[in-house]
Parts: sequence; structure tokens; C-alpha cells
Amino acid sequence: MAVGDTIVALSTAAGAGAIGIVRMSGPEAVAIAAGVFRPVDGSDLAGSESHRVRYGHVLDPSNGRAVDEALVLLMRAPATYTREDVVEVHCHGGSAAQRAVLRLLIAQGARPAEPGEFTKRAFLAGRIDLAQAESVAGLVRARSASALRAAMRQLEGGLSDRIRDLRSRMIQVLARLEVGIDFSDEDVDEVDRPQASAQLQEIERDLRGLLETALLGRALEQGVRTAIVGRPNVGKSSLLNALLMRERAIVSEVPGTTRDTVEELAEIAGIPLHLVDTAGLRSSHDHLERLGIERSRRAVEQADLVLAVIDLSEGVTSADEELLAGLPGGRVILVGNKCDLAPVSARARAGARAPGDLLGSPCAVSALTGEGLDLLRDAIQNAVVGDGGLHLEEPLLATERQRLLAEEAVRGLESARRVLDAGLADELVCEDVRSSIQALGSITGEDLMPDLLDEIFHRFCIGK
Amino acid sequence: MKGRRGDAATAGLNFDVVVVGAGHAGCEAALAAARMGQRVALVTLSVEKIALMPCNPAVGGVGKGQLTREVDALGGEQGRNTDRSFIQIKMLNTSKGPAVRALRAQADKRLYEDWMRHTIFRTPGLEVVQGEVASLDVSRETVRGLRLVDGRRLGARAVVLATGTFLRAKVVIGDRSYPAGRVGELPADHLSTSLRAVGLELGRFQSATPPRIDGRTIDPARMVPQPGEEGGLRFSHWQEPAARTQVPCYLTYTTPDTHDVVASHLHLSPLKSGSIGGRGPRYCPSIDRKIINFPDRTRHPVFVEPEGARTFEMYLQGLTTSLPVFVQEAIIRATPGLENARLVRPGYAVEYDYIIPQQLKLSLEYKHMQGLFSAGQINGTSGYEEAAAQGLMAGINAALSARGEPPVVLTRDQAYIGVLIDDLVTKGVDEPYRMFTSRAEYRLILRHDNADERLSAMGHALGLISDAQLEQVQRKQTLIEEGSLALASAQVRPSQASDEALESLGTAPLTETQSAAQLLRRPQLLFDDVVRLLDATARDRLGGLPSDVAEQLAIRAQYDGYIERQMAEIRRHKATEGTLIPRGLDFHSLEGLTVEAKDKLARLQPETLGQASRIAGVSPADVSVLMIHLHRRQADS
Repeated sequence: MAVGDTIVALSTAAGAGAIGIVRMSGPEAVAIAAGVFRPVDGSDLAGSESHRVRYGHVLDPSNGRAVDEALVLLMRAPATYTREDVVEVHCHGGSAAQRAVLRLLIAQGARPAEPGEFTKRAFLAGRIDLAQAESVAGLVRARSASALRAAMRQLEGGLSDRIRDLRSRMIQVLARLEVGIDFSDEDVDEVDRPQASAQLQEIERDLRGLLETALLGRALEQGVRTAIVGRPNVGKSSLLNALLMRERAIVSEVPGTTRDTVEELAEIAGIPLHLVDTAGLRSSHDHLERLGIERSRRAVEQADLVLAVIDLSEGVTSADEELLAGLPGGRVILVGNKCDLAPVSARARAGARAPGDLLGSPCAVSALTGEGLDLLRDAIQNAVVGDGGLHLEEPLLATERQRLLAEEAVRGLESARRVLDAGLADELVCEDVRSSIQALGSITGEDLMPDLLDEIFHRFCIGK
Repeated sequence: MKGRRGDAATAGLNFDVVVVGAGHAGCEAALAAARMGQRVALVTLSVEKIALMPCNPAVGGVGKGQLTREVDALGGEQGRNTDRSFIQIKMLNTSKGPAVRALRAQADKRLYEDWMRHTIFRTPGLEVVQGEVASLDVSRETVRGLRLVDGRRLGARAVVLATGTFLRAKVVIGDRSYPAGRVGELPADHLSTSLRAVGLELGRFQSATPPRIDGRTIDPARMVPQPGEEGGLRFSHWQEPAARTQVPCYLTYTTPDTHDVVASHLHLSPLKSGSIGGRGPRYCPSIDRKIINFPDRTRHPVFVEPEGARTFEMYLQGLTTSLPVFVQEAIIRATPGLENARLVRPGYAVEYDYIIPQQLKLSLEYKHMQGLFSAGQINGTSGYEEAAAQGLMAGINAALSARGEPPVVLTRDQAYIGVLIDDLVTKGVDEPYRMFTSRAEYRLILRHDNADERLSAMGHALGLISDAQLEQVQRKQTLIEEGSLALASAQVRPSQASDEALESLGTAPLTETQSAAQLLRRPQLLFDDVVRLLDATARDRLGGLPSDVAEQLAIRAQYDGYIERQMAEIRRHKATEGTLIPRGLDFHSLEGLTVEAKDKLARLQPETLGQASRIAGVSPADVSVLMIHLHRRQADS
């Protein structure tokens, strides 16, 4: 059964670590990937042999800039999971990089996959035998159900109201245009195009605003970006390892060993965390180290949550204070490490001298002995989902699919305005506005036609 | 195939197809089945009343006009019959793009009836039978024919019900109401009872018409004339209509005085008194309803439309009401240009039974009654065009069913007819269904101007379109393809001549060489403008093309990109649209479907995965699960 189009999705399993896989399947998979991936040897990906891994860069064709370095695995039909051409882009695990790659592929013509769609295609292609069919059906249902639950959780809150509001404003504009088309032989005024354009622009602005608040949704789906910062040798890498409960980052007595940022995926109370271990934040003249410090600053800027580590055995130093002052308020947890080495008085003193109005008392832990780690986990959980956590009350887009649909809606609005402003026919404006409404309707599960007719008959006196 | 049931004596009252009702659906059904070689009976309450236009005698309009063109492209009668009888015709939406343009004609309603009756009586194999149906003759979930009240039994392999608003109909004017199909005509109460008896579910709708006045008593000077459009416009793809002088309509507006009259008598409106119950069409509100819902409007338009060349009656489009007659007279006289108008026929409302259309398959055959079809207003639609479209398809499928052949179904990407029928049988109706172009998701493809390209081959395969007609369409298509290639290859280089020509047409000069196809995308340039910019060879190839071919080429250029997008969307849905769901599938046994989806699917028994996907309560995940199960069954068997 030929399905026809090319689908794409993030397919990194939770805990898979620093590499993220963006998987694409369908007749255009190779062409789409070749459009954004440049192998380092300068050859064309489309000419690659099947089942070969290529190393190179993912480029944004609109500006030629490199988005990420990546390995690309190209597998031609039929010897693939779906019996279609399949391309996997293995990129850095940071969700930002994966999302950028995903978005590029969609811009090049791939469609975001529905829940369980790869499995469904595999089944339809006969890759999965009949005995497994029931479980495939169950799997599709289960994946959809969990995606739906996540979506519903969000939709119960402010998000659904915001989206419904935007959608109904779009329907108002569409109704005005459609009345002019379907009831033009009645007493209907011409459409005020500048006004329609201005309305669409306003809706577009609000929709973009909604997209910008999509933080938590991404966090829940793809992990909370958590930066571990502190001056050198306070034990950031040890803390990372303690939270992961395994050895990963290079731990050394020499200050500044962690020159690059190290990223790991951990799960705390069901919340996925992308832990980013940064080079020690301090002034340095060493070129390599300066580079690392620059990366650390960026990691802090991009982080959803910051674990600021101090060394309790040394107390709060002036360097600590300087560093802490430079951190963004509101999403920082102060962690006092090496509590096993610290005298009780030092712990008390650290608590007293910490910038308490901002951060409160430090969470005393020992990365070495594991003491206090449970309390830290509680603090992290509280910071993400507790009262005053990461702006849970804000309407946020829960899933990547919702974000993509909202972005599709924005593109439709942009195009509709271009068509309006260029003086092209009303029915073309309608096409674009409709595609936007349909994209938002896919988020809320609403059908356009009844709502459009309600709007038309409610607002316009139609009928002769 | 005719006469295969033996000699005339035994054939007697046995038919292949019996059509009940000779309105716009019934006429198309009977003609199509007869033209497909079936022996057909058309049963009507009165031979005098064929193809009546009880509402305003207009055919077409935006959305509806596309349906009429499609009926014509498939070999139906409505377009040609309108061409023979119109007193005015115009193209609507000329300020907008081609996809939403449509013809609307004002018919001489007597002439329309006469021509249709003429055609019906001259069609071989088609017999008109006057009588009222008493009951359906049914055994083992198969229709075998029907019985008339006068005792006759008509045997049939397939029956098409096209009884319009007549089922258990009640006419209401003010506080008076009485059983009637239309004013002055008996309702069909027996049939309604018989349909319930065989298990069909019925709903109740209402509809209304405005009063008619004597055209000699209006003052045209106080109104705006609405002339027709000259230039040989026509519905039919196949035949030039005879030339004629067109008659204007007139536009006037209600005034606050008119509104006062309505407002002060609203307590007498059937809307308020509750003497009318069914749901009415929102797109056709009565003047009472307009004044209740839009109290701030100081005026509403009233189109004064002649009903024919040989009658003085005029129709007051916009003044639909079933208020008592004395109020109707006061409303009319409070309206400019109508101060002295004499009321001829009062407006009235009619309440009637319709059949819940989700009981139908996409072929318009009943899911649980083999050989029984229905079409038109009985299915919950309104409008002559919607009726004709269903009538044609029901007639075709009744003929195929009588022959033991599989039905033909038009899809949503092929025709407005497909949109109409899919909407009806999949989503049902909560008000009388009227076609709007906004209902068609592939509006840019389903155009008035390409109905022949979309549908004539199917009409030909069914025997409804002649070889010569099909060749006409194929010639046009060949020229379009050739012209399309010529446009893509013809280049225009920037030059002083081209700069001047383009600037004089209000568009920017060329900065680089462009193809004629690219230039044609500029909204300011017509096809002929572009041709003039070409070199002699290209000009010869493109300049001599017939105007309908040039039109198609210009449309393709104008919608460039958007049409491709819709085609891509259609391809994407092909897999689901084309996947058949076997009849009688036990949805409740399928693992992975939600309970709601199971219930809805079991109740509606969709025929394709695409149809299933449009049922409210069936999610994309349910469709995926269903697809997997269907695929597995297929592999198993």
C-alpha cells in the first residue's frame, strides 16, 4: 500500500544520551536529506550507497549556515524498516539541535509523523508479521493515547482557550471572505482587504507569542535543560555523575578539566532532565579554557534550570558571590557540595551568607557519599512542577507536533497576508487562512465547516 | 436490453427502475436510467406537475451552478433545460477568481416545466404513471416494487424515492395550517407511514417561500434594475441555446416602516406561535427571522424577480414569510416600489419529513434495503441543483443495480456532487443542506469551467455522453496540454517594446527573460496580452486557440502552486480514500479502537476509510488502527 508522502520524527529513546536521531521515511526522504546535508568530502548525499554512514554538516539552505554537525545513515528501499527510503540524521542530543534539524526537514517537504506512524508503515509494508498485528494496533493506540493525554493536560488549561480564541478570530476573517464568495449575489459589501490584512497580522503576532511560551511543553517532552555551574573544582562533574549514578564526565583534581560542556539525560521523578556540565565559570586567560567558559555562559542562557554549585568545605567565597550574582533569578537551585567535608559551622555560615532572598539556603549534598541527593532531587522536582515552578500556569504547547502545527498556522497567515497585499483573488487568501485554521484545529480536534457556517449565519444577514 | 422481460402483456407493470416523484431529482433519475437502457416508470401525483419550481425559478448560483454544470457534463438534463427556458442569465463572482465563478439563470418557470415534460415524454423506455404510492413492496431486505393507492402494483428491480417535501407535509400561513405537499397539492402520507414501517428513520424540516405579486403593479422606477449578461452564456457544454431578449430583475430594500410592520405582528408569526416545528435553513431566513436576529439593520434587500415571459407573477426574493396574509400585504406595501403591488399568492411555510441520510450508502442506496434509493429534498437537502445532482446519481446507480452491476461513486476531489453526497451520508444534516463552495476542500480544482474535463469520460462510460461529445472534450484537453507546453517554452526577453507594453498594462517591466507561463501569472495580464508579447512562431501557436482553451491556460497560470498543493493533498489522502471497508465488518471486535469510535462506525457502516475518517468521534488514531485491521484481513484472505 503506497502511502505516498515522507514522514519525519525525533526518534531518540529516553536516556539515549548525547546523540539524537531524527528519522525520515518515504519516497522523498533521500532528496529532502540531500537538500540540507553536506558530507565533509563534498559529495552529494543523494549519490550515496545504501546503508552507509556519512559525516558532514546540516545546513540551513535559506542562509547556508551550519545548524549542526551530524552523521547521516542512508538506507534505500526496500531493505528498511518501512520498506521505503529511510534516512536517519544522528545529531547532537541537545533538544535545540534536534529540533532545528527536524524543522529544516519539514521546511523541505517532510511531514511530521503521527504517533506510531513509522510502526504503522512497517506493518503495512509487511515488515512486521501478522502475529504482531494486534500489538501494532495496540501500540498505535497507546502512543496516540499518551500523546493525547499530554495534549489534553495542556488543553484543559489556558492553552486551549488561547488556541480556540486565535482559531475563532481566524474563522471570523475567513467568514468575511467566504460570505463575499458564496453570497456575492446578495447584499454583501466588498471585503475590506487592508482591514483583513491587519486582522491577520494581529492574529499572527499573538500566535507567535504563543509559540514563544512553548517552553514547558518542550521540557516535558524533550527534557528540562539543566546547566550545572560553579567556579572550578567545586565538584560539578561529580554532581552530574552522582545524579546519573554512573561515571561519565572526566573528574579531576585539576581545576578546569572539563573544558567542553558535557550533556547527559537523566530522569528525576519522571521529569527528563538534560544535564549540562559546564566548564568552571571564572575569568581565564587560557585560550582553550576561555572557549569553554564562553560555552558555559551560553549553556546558562539556554538553560531552563540552573544548579549553582558551591563548595561547602570552603564556604561562600567572593568568587562564588560574583558568579551567583550573574545568574538569572527564578530558575536557580543553590547546591552546597562536599557537605561531608564541611564542618557544621561552615554549613551554617554558608546558609546565612547565601543570597537567601534569591536562592534560599543551599541544598547540602555530597556528590561523593550521596548524602542529600534525595533532597536535591526533591528540590529539582519542586522547581520544575511545584508551586512557583517553571511557569506552569502559562499556556504552553505540550508537544513538538503541536508546535509544528502552530508554526504551520503562522506560515499560512503570512502567506494569506502576502496574497491579500498583492491584490490576488479572495479564494487564494481563503486557501491560506483555511490551512492555518485546519492546523490549529488539529491541535484542538475541531472541524472547520460547522464553525464557519455558524460564524457566517451568526454575523451576516444572509438569505434572500 | 429493452423488452427482455418478454411480451407486452406479461411485462405490463413490471419495470427495471421505478422513480417516485417528478421534481428535479426524479426527472434526472428517470431520464438517466432510461438513457442507460432500463425500462423506467416515473410515478407522479399529477402528470401536469413535472419539474415544478415552487420556490424562485432560478437555477445556479455560487456552488449550485457548479452542480448544474457537473450534471450536464455527466449527461444530465438540468443545464440544457435551463438554457432552453431562461429569461435572464449572468456570471457571478466575476470580480473574483475562476474557481468561485458560477452561472445563475432566471427561468421562465412554465417553459422550464414544458421543456422537461417534453423531454420526459420523448425519452424511449420511460413511462409516466400518475398515482399516489400506498406502500413499498419489500421482501428479505430487498425492494420488489410498490403499490399505488388505486390498487396497481408496479414491479421493480430498483426504486428511487424523490418525493421532495411531500412526506407528511403541512403548510402553514399565520395561525392556519393544513396537510399539503405544496399549496394546493395533497401530501404523501401513505408513503411516509410505509417508510417507517420498513424501518427507515425520518426527521422533520421546514422551508418557506415569499409571496408572489402582480408584476404590472410594481413601480420599476423606484427600484434598481438587475439586467442579465449578454454574450452567449449557457449552462450546457453541448448545445448553443437559442438567442433571446433577456428580462431584468429589480432590487429594492425594506425600510424601517417595513420592519415596523413585521415587528408589530411578530406575535402572529409561526416562529413565535410554535405552529411550525421543524428546523429551517439558516441561509434562507424569513423576514420575521431577519428582524428578530438583526434588529440593528435598517434595511434588507428584496429582489423582485419575474417568474416567466408569459406570466405577470413576480417573486419577492428576500421577503420569505408565513405571517398571515393581511400582514404580508402590509409588508409589501411598506416597501419602496411595491406600494401599490397586488398580492397574487401568499408566502407560506411547509413542514415535512425527510429521511436521515446517514442511512444511505455513497451510491444513495439504502444500507439495509437493497434496490431502494432516494434523492433530493427527501434526503434533507434544498435546491433544484442539489436535487438534480442526487437524482442523476441515484438514477445511474438504480440502473446499474437493476443490471446487477456495481455502483459509481464520485469522490470529494472529483466533483461537488461527490462533496454533496459524502457530506449527506457521512455527516448527516441539521438544517436543509445547500451547497456552498466553502464546503469543497478542493475548490480550486472543482471549477465551473472544467466540469467537462472532470466528468465527461465517466458520463460516456455510462452511456450518457455520446462519442461526439466526448471527442469535443478530448480535443479541448489536447489543445490545453499543447498550449501549456507552448506557454512554458515561449520566452519573452526584456526589450523596450516589452517594457512599454507591460507598463501600459499596469505591471512591472521585465528584469530578465521570462516564459509566457510566468508572465501569465501576473494578475494584470490577460491571455491575449501575453500572446501579443511573443515572437511570431509562438504567437501563431497560442494566438489561434479557442477561447475556452485560452481560459483554461490562464486559470492554470493564475492558480499555479495552489493547484499543485491541492493535488498533493489529494494524493496524500488517496490511500485512505481508496481503502474499502467490507460490509458487515464487526467493528466491536476490533482491538485498539475507542468505544466511541466502535459505536459510531458500527452505526454508520462507512464504506471507505476516508469516509470513516470524516465521522465525528473517529480520530486519526482510530483510522490508523482500522487501516491495520483491514490490511490484516486482506492479507489473511
